[in-house]
Amino acid sequence: MSSDAPDPSDSAETDADAPNPGDVAATDPVTATADGTIGEPEANDSEVEEAAKHVPSGSPSEAPPLRVEGLVKRFGGVTAVDGASFEVESGSLTGLIGPNGAGKSTTFNCITGVHEPTGGSVYFEGEEITGLKPHQIAREGLVRTFQIARELSEMTVLENLMLAPQGQLGESAIRAVTPGLRGAVVEEETALRERAWETLEFFEIDHLAHEHAGNLSGGQRKLLEMARALMTDPEMVLLDEPLAGVNPTLEEKLLDRIHDLRADGYTFLLVEHDMDIIMENCERVIVMHQGSVLAEGTGDEIRNDERVIEAYLGEEL
Amino acid sequence: MSDADAPGGSASGPSAGGSEAPESATAALVEAARESDLGLVVGTLLAIYAAATLLTFTDGLNSVVGLLETLTFLGLVYALTALALNLQWGYTGLFNIGVAGFMAVGVYTMGMVVRSPDPAFGPPGLGLPLPVGIVAGMGMAALLGGVAALPALRLKADYLAIVTLGLSEIVRLSLQSSAFDNFLRDTIGAGTGGGRGMGMPDNPVRDLFLVDGQAGTPTAFGDLVFGVFGSDGLGISQPILIGWGYIAVLAAFLVGFYLLLERLGRSPFGRTMKAIREDELVADSLGKDVNLVKIKVFVIGCALMGLAGILWFGSQGNVSPTPQFRPLLTFYVFIAVIIGGSGSNTGSVLGGIVFAAVLFEGPRRVGGTVRGLIDAQTPPSFADAVASLDPVTFLAYATENVAPLQFVFLGLVLVFIIHRRPEGILGDRIETAAAVDLSERPAGGESDE
Repeated sequence: MSSDAPDPSDSAETDADAPNPGDVAATDPVTATADGTIGEPEANDSEVEEAAKHVPSGSPSEAPPLRVEGLVKRFGGVTAVDGASFEVESGSLTGLIGPNGAGKSTTFNCITGVHEPTGGSVYFEGEEITGLKPHQIAREGLVRTFQIARELSEMTVLENLMLAPQGQLGESAIRAVTPGLRGAVVEEETALRERAWETLEFFEIDHLAHEHAGNLSGGQRKLLEMARALMTDPEMVLLDEPLAGVNPTLEEKLLDRIHDLRADGYTFLLVEHDMDIIMENCERVIVMHQGSVLAEGTGDEIRNDERVIEAYLGEEL
Repeated sequence: MSDADAPGGSASGPSAGGSEAPESATAALVEAARESDLGLVVGTLLAIYAAATLLTFTDGLNSVVGLLETLTFLGLVYALTALALNLQWGYTGLFNIGVAGFMAVGVYTMGMVVRSPDPAFGPPGLGLPLPVGIVAGMGMAALLGGVAALPALRLKADYLAIVTLGLSEIVRLSLQSSAFDNFLRDTIGAGTGGGRGMGMPDNPVRDLFLVDGQAGTPTAFGDLVFGVFGSDGLGISQPILIGWGYIAVLAAFLVGFYLLLERLGRSPFGRTMKAIREDELVADSLGKDVNLVKIKVFVIGCALMGLAGILWFGSQGNVSPTPQFRPLLTFYVFIAVIIGGSGSNTGSVLGGIVFAAVLFEGPRRVGGTVRGLIDAQTPPSFADAVASLDPVTFLAYATENVAPLQFVFLGLVLVFIIHRRPEGILGDRIETAAAVDLSERPAGGESDE
């Protein structure tokens, strides 16, 4: 499933699923079956509690959480992104695909403030966030994970998670040290610790809580990244190839988590190379090519789009 | 666990987490000492005291206590400075090699504020009380730290190091310049004394023992102390006893520094610092204002360096820019932090003590003692020492010239540490960056594994 080159049996399988990908996403059969097989009742409980505590406020009727208009990014003479425009619907799991060098990662970096766009604008929940600093954008509720997992290696997994929540009282140096004010910090930390444990359980990495993040395996780091992103209480998460270098079992687990969270109201934008994964999991797909958006639509539409086939998928499909 | 918010000597819980069963009795003892930070520091001090006593006990009690006083003083001031540097470098990864400059700014500002407006000799001051001078010194160092932080926002490690080193040299050369001295005298009425330096205000600890700090007129407290330990009792000289009085003050400040920095480290602020050290972009992407935290860390760390400078050089009678505030001082402090293990406050205290006693003062004392035992003429040059082919003559030469050889020794120790134990004495410890105990899951959830 995870190979990039679709072999005939694979595509046959996807075709069987294909007739109605929208329905697939809506009813979440993947999630249901996977949950049944894996069987983790306690994690499900805490996950529900947790979701209840911080469900993103966005509802489908509002402005799209993310809107990118005519985004341009040039590095010297190279135009990495050339007028890309797209929208991500609230509560959706949208896939962003494209051949290498299509500008996916640069688009991500422009959206999240790592790069300042040369032109165009980015709107998050109706507000313009173009050119803001990464931490300002994260505070708006738009967080990302990295293509190559960037764990904080000399901090424990638990510390990695506890770092993430926004606006912690103890982030003020004065509050952290002053005897009278530290009480509130300790109180908040106690609650935060519990939430971090629940999130770890949700991602099934709670047995690693005290491990230095640098000692984790590649797949565990990916889980940690996503857990950490969620600890910020985001409205929307940008996932930059969360499944690259992840074994099939873990891949399934990660996808389950994403579907669970999507059902809780989070919005996801997913960059991925593996066509099967995008087609099976995303209700909407955006195809980028040479820095701009080539096509946008459901998996089916994309699969049958002549330009996409020409640019990316090859004649196999 | 309730002791998490009192991270003093009892901070054994987190450090004990993850320790395995020791293999032997010695290992068990070492393990127990490692679990108690206070025990570790006191144990190290006692070991150093024992070695120093062994070295000088033939010269009488006064020499022994005098050497212990020197070693303790140096150990404490290095520990204070190492703690301040550890906040910037160990926790946040900010490569500040301008420590000497910030210390100089602290102690000079204090001197200029406190010195009498019309002194018998040396530059005039503003004549304000000592506490005002100390606060001003810290404030000025903090201000300079804030200025230094501005490039820190844009520069990566090595380049920040160059900027801070440059800043420290600018400070030193400015203080040395008579033009700057005259300018300050004309504008604010207080001068730096240029290359000749300035005398430091009287140490209040001295006034505790002597009326107006004048020798021969002890206070009631001084009478008591000198009576018991001084010439009428154990025969320890008065300056050494006063020195021990000042050491008590330094120790109190050390505890203060330690508590402040431990609290800072064990908090969400501490987590953000560590995250910036590990990966700035991650901290930024998680909504942390990296630049603001860097500025704060620079300001706090430099204020503490200023205070350490005041406590250290302010007690030395006279300060002058060039021998005292050379970049060498900064490197000594770095060595102390490296030995102790960057990122650990207890490690910094240990590193400061070990550096001062074993690497800085130790070789000179040992060399002097060994030279005293050798009955041989010192050859006039290294070539002669080698040519004599006599190990005794060579040793005589080496111990006579221990000061320059000390640098060779220092270099070898550094190479050894970097090669064998780059994390330092305590650098491998997990210093919890949270205001609550993270070592186990509190009741309510199921325990891990």
